Amino acid sequence: MGSRSLGGLKKLCAALLLAGSLAGCATSGGNPADPLEKVNRAVFAFNDGADKIVFTPLAKGYRAVLPGFFRTGVSNFFSNLEDVWVSVNDVLQGKFQEGLDDATRVIFNSTFGIAGLFDFASDVGLPKHTEDFGQTLGSWGIESGPYVVIPFIGPSTVRDGFGLLFDYKADLVYWATDSVPVRNSLYATRAISNRANLLDASSLLEQAALDKYSFVRDAWLQRRRNLVYDGNPPRERDESDDEPTK
Amino acid sequence: MKIALCFLVLAVLPPVARAQAVAPDVLVKTITDEVTAVLKKDKDIQAGDTKKAADLIESKIVPHFNFVRMARIAMARNWRSATPEQQKELAAEFKTLLVRTYSSALINYRDQQIDYKPLRAKPEDNEVTVKSDVKQSGSSQPVSIDYEMEKTDNGWKIYDVKVGGVSLVTTYRDTFASEVREHGIDGLIKSLAAKNREPLGSKAGRS
Repeated sequence: MGSRSLGGLKKLCAALLLAGSLAGCATSGGNPADPLEKVNRAVFAFNDGADKIVFTPLAKGYRAVLPGFFRTGVSNFFSNLEDVWVSVNDVLQGKFQEGLDDATRVIFNSTFGIAGLFDFASDVGLPKHTEDFGQTLGSWGIESGPYVVIPFIGPSTVRDGFGLLFDYKADLVYWATDSVPVRNSLYATRAISNRANLLDASSLLEQAALDKYSFVRDAWLQRRRNLVYDGNPPRERDESDDEPTK
Repeated sequence: MKIALCFLVLAVLPPVARAQAVAPDVLVKTITDEVTAVLKKDKDIQAGDTKKAADLIESKIVPHFNFVRMARIAMARNWRSATPEQQKELAAEFKTLLVRTYSSALINYRDQQIDYKPLRAKPEDNEVTVKSDVKQSGSSQPVSIDYEMEKTDNGWKIYDVKVGGVSLVTTYRDTFASEVREHGIDGLIKSLAAKNREPLGSKAGRS
């Protein structure tokens, strides 16, 4: 994303709204959370192809060429920038203690952790949290809406995709520099770093899934639900699990 | 004399009876400690020997899982329409799939620090959740691993594992349901078997 990204985001927003309204009338395949399965499957296949051809090789190269401590430093650096927005979201969700903790993380890691290259705060008992605006909307009681696979970004929902617009604007990398090439390089580095962190997980996914699309979808929806409830989602009643095992 | 005999009987009671006494969180911790101790030493598994990793899982981990219940949860309402024979096959194939998946995960094991959260359960509870946080080196955020466990006559058994809130069992539900809808229960068993025959790491490989 570069200077045209705003236009791109507007289109994304429009697509999400369209997805949301289409969802009302489209016929459902299997999962009621995924009324747009046909479109989603196509986008998923596209993303998967792009991932195989472009992003996985880049991430593998990145991992092969650069030593572990360097990659950890890069990952920590971006994670530290992200923590600013994480702490804002803590506060928006009414979690003031976590907000304070995460703000403290940023201060510690930016100073003692040398501009965020070291996650010093984790070592002194301030673990990282995962928060974004989609989760904040969820904590306010807004339902996730239909599952949507966004080109190049991946699994999301109407609510979380809407949240991404805010995350994008609140991203410190977005504000860090006026130079578009520098900013784009930062975006690219972060994307490759993130992908490299997921290499083991994605090869596991190939092993685990019978149908990758539905596996990713169901895992993603569970993961987001878990994040919205900060690791303690209410138990869903399970009709299939009533009878005792023989 | 009778009391003394009683004690003697108690002392030689088979481990099964004692296994019941092992608290679920202690059990999970014991299994994990045993397995990670092997992983730290075993050069073959570290070098990518998935067969050896699978053997380790089979001997140390599998006995503590209830795969029938796992298959039943994954099958949801289709479980009832399966014959006992099909149910047996489903549980067996599902088990193989999970063991194979775990084997590829284990070869990627590096030194990880596991913290167990205090068990929140009453002594009379028959179902508990054992929660843990796994901290990987090189990643600042711990991943939660929760074990759903049930009390049985043979001690506590695990029937679901949730990694970062994602259930390894229910994540298969929609896949299983659509497979059954399109190809029937035998069709599902067939595709599970086919998946299990694929050579390990054939698609993505180790990276």
